[in-house]
Amino acid sequence: MENIAPKEAVPNQPMNPRASGDSTEKVLAVLRKNAMLIVLGLVYVFFLIMTGGNIFKPMHMNLIIKENAYVYILGCGMLMCMLTGGNIDLSCGAFVCLLGSIGGYMLVNLAYSSWIAIALMLLVAVLDGCVLGYLIAYVHIPPWIVTLAGYLSFRGLGTQLLAVASPKTNAIKIPKTNAFLNIFSGTIFKTKPSELNLVCAITGAVLAAVVVVSMFVIRRRRIAKGYSVASLTSTIVKSVLSAAAIVVIMWQLAHDGGIPTVLLWVVGVVLVYGFITGRTTIGRRFYVVGGNREAARMSGVNTKRIMFAAYLNMAFLTALATMTVMSRLQAANSQMGTNFEMDAIAACVVGGVSASGGAGTVMGMVIGATLIGVINHGMPMIGVNIDMQKVVKGLVLLGAVVFDILSKKRDR
Amino acid sequence: MAEYLLEMQGITKTFPGVKALDNVNLQVEQGEIHALVGENGAGKSTLMNVLSGIYPYGSYEGDILYEGQVCKFANIKDSERKGIVIIHQELALVPEMTIGENMYLGNERGHKMAINWTETYAEADKYLRMVKLSESSKVPVNTIGTGKQQLVEIAKALAKHARLLILDEPTSSLNEEDSRALLDLMLEFKKQGMTMIIISHKLNEVAYVADKITVIRDGKTIETLDNRGAEPISEARIIRGMVGREMTNRFPKRENVAIGSVRLEVENWTVHHPIYPERKVVDDVNLYVREGEVVGIYGLMGAGRTELAMSIFGQSYGTHFSGKLKIDGKVVRQRRSEADAIRHRIAYVTEDRKGNGLVLSQDIMVNTTLANLGAVSKFSILDKDREHEAAMEYQRKLNIKTPSVEQLVGNLSGGNQQKVLLAKWMFAEPDILILDEPTRGIDVGAKYEIYCIINDLAAAGKCVIMISSELPEVLGMSDRIYIMNSGRMIDEMKAEDATQESIMTAIVNAGRGD
Repeated sequence: MENIAPKEAVPNQPMNPRASGDSTEKVLAVLRKNAMLIVLGLVYVFFLIMTGGNIFKPMHMNLIIKENAYVYILGCGMLMCMLTGGNIDLSCGAFVCLLGSIGGYMLVNLAYSSWIAIALMLLVAVLDGCVLGYLIAYVHIPPWIVTLAGYLSFRGLGTQLLAVASPKTNAIKIPKTNAFLNIFSGTIFKTKPSELNLVCAITGAVLAAVVVVSMFVIRRRRIAKGYSVASLTSTIVKSVLSAAAIVVIMWQLAHDGGIPTVLLWVVGVVLVYGFITGRTTIGRRFYVVGGNREAARMSGVNTKRIMFAAYLNMAFLTALATMTVMSRLQAANSQMGTNFEMDAIAACVVGGVSASGGAGTVMGMVIGATLIGVINHGMPMIGVNIDMQKVVKGLVLLGAVVFDILSKKRDR
Repeated sequence: MAEYLLEMQGITKTFPGVKALDNVNLQVEQGEIHALVGENGAGKSTLMNVLSGIYPYGSYEGDILYEGQVCKFANIKDSERKGIVIIHQELALVPEMTIGENMYLGNERGHKMAINWTETYAEADKYLRMVKLSESSKVPVNTIGTGKQQLVEIAKALAKHARLLILDEPTSSLNEEDSRALLDLMLEFKKQGMTMIIISHKLNEVAYVADKITVIRDGKTIETLDNRGAEPISEARIIRGMVGREMTNRFPKRENVAIGSVRLEVENWTVHHPIYPERKVVDDVNLYVREGEVVGIYGLMGAGRTELAMSIFGQSYGTHFSGKLKIDGKVVRQRRSEADAIRHRIAYVTEDRKGNGLVLSQDIMVNTTLANLGAVSKFSILDKDREHEAAMEYQRKLNIKTPSVEQLVGNLSGGNQQKVLLAKWMFAEPDILILDEPTRGIDVGAKYEIYCIINDLAAAGKCVIMISSELPEVLGMSDRIYIMNSGRMIDEMKAEDATQESIMTAIVNAGRGD
């Protein structure tokens, strides 16, 4: 008679213990994990060389941030949509145009105060989000069809409104004196470019210190609790690199007037969404719905509500992005928001967000958005014509996905 | 050496973490019916998947010799070209298409891009007659019954010029009469020279139809029995090979568990099919479970057990519900919501852990806390430390073998995945657990551990409903057994009064009553 009861509880041993001497394997794993960050670094160095260091100048750094602010904001929204199962929002770019026109009309033609205009714009966005979200989550129309309808109709509506508001130019110019502009654009404690902006420089130093210290504190705590941690070297390298990046960026900005207001919005949004996705039950539900919708449902997750929330949230962030873009352009016109949806999707995909849902981080999206932003800004500087720019962007997108899939295959 | 049509020599197939097949040998003679038997998860289906090229050449070790030649199949098409056709357990027919369209799906008649429909239907009709079906091949598949659909599958295989037909649990969803007709058809084919491999759990059928029986256990070939003697081989003899031990020690004893008062009652519970609302999937079912009691629900595939369980769990399956659900004597308000069911402390541990049980792309921690995120968060903010500790606690409790709880669930073996699934529902702190095929597809050792967990749950005063297709398991683990057939509860027995024979007789009799 054979006794089939397990003889002894098997101690928890690693399933595939990696040979400690196999350092090349380790290095390769680290490279794979941070591939997009490395690509970003290489691309930046490439433009540094090609522009003779011009792209590193404070003015250009400042411009890259301001030009791409909307990508980070929309990227957070698109990330949440994609997490639910690779769903996208095609309508957000066109909605920027519609909402911008409405906002411009209220600010200029109707002369509403900024706060009332902002409140009403958010209200319109919430309405849009509810309609899209309802159709997608509760009527079960595929997201790309619902948002394609938005993509087709919103810009038309916006352009119509512009034609009514300003028949001659089909664009609404927001006067420089309008208080609205100061909320989303401009510079904090602005100084002359020739002077060093102390607020900016000190903020940079403090932030860098906070990042380094918190990284080590978290690591110590995890060790104390017996959780798995990355090696000491990798923590050191990580903290030094992030601190250096913060210091360099802030130092350069300090030589171009100071911290651009829009950067605060971007950092705020990124931090909030980083927190939501990483540390809240709501964020967790987005991941599990995308990872296995049926399993999420059977575990008591209201999957429909999550889908609804994704598109409501997207509309809300689109409103925020619209305000930053209006402020930068100091106008609302029929071209604003063109291809924004593609930029946001590209930022997510390049940043490693899974096209089938359930995986991806805000940090990854930020890296993806920055990579695209650097390429966007760098190419005209070295005289790549506008058609070839599109080709390069397309290839970068494709390359990112191919790389992602191949590296995952090798992991197995 | 006899003339073998097929020889599989030393087949070894490993999946991450599991050795599914270990040096398996199988020899099939021309013109015989060869049965492949073994417990769930013994490796029968894996072996057939190797043979048919689903697991291509190179992904396994060993050789396949077919008509004396070594075969290196890259996919199913390759093996089908040689005449090896497999009919899977789950019917693979497109319900809306006609019989003829289904039979030639991917194998269309005609040339180049044009389909010759006249030829298709004429040919299809010819093969339908061979399997003794009188239906026209122009009839949509969803208008004929399951038994006939199974025959269509066989006709489809014949249309591919099958010379070695593999039938994976062909009778699992058929009633007694249809099963017998199918087996007789197999014997008739044998007379015409067809070679067949049948995989089946139904040992009486195996003994009836097979010439030789190969027993597989835990991925290894145990023995090949000859069944061509005057007396058919006894089921007990086959079982001995399958389990490799006496049956006494398979189920841990449950000691000193006091059975308390009734916690869950289901009265006149009727549920209709979500797509075909005119069909009753669960028909006027009554059942109750007491504190500390393990209640088994046995029934053949398609009896409506899973549908019953899911409909009790927040109406997560079906439409047009009627009947009462009472917990501790109080009627539960009917609402379609899984979250509601969890709030009422009901847990449904699915039979389909990959489909609707686990998020394979997430780690053990995320899966463990998923059904009770409230316990590891405050104001929706996750306390990752508490989450980590909870996951580690259940990892220890259920002996989940993993380097860390941050391991992706997709990388675990079946048994460990099943434990994570159990951990998830135990963490949800339910009073009533519905376990649907809790030991499906996991190895013997892990099964024993799961049984121990079930006993612990009962000892802790939980109500356990265990749905299972394995009779010994139902008999060995339950205090009381319900028997279900085509949506109805046909019998209820105390475990000490029940035997395999009495349960099967109840099902057969109910089938006759139709």
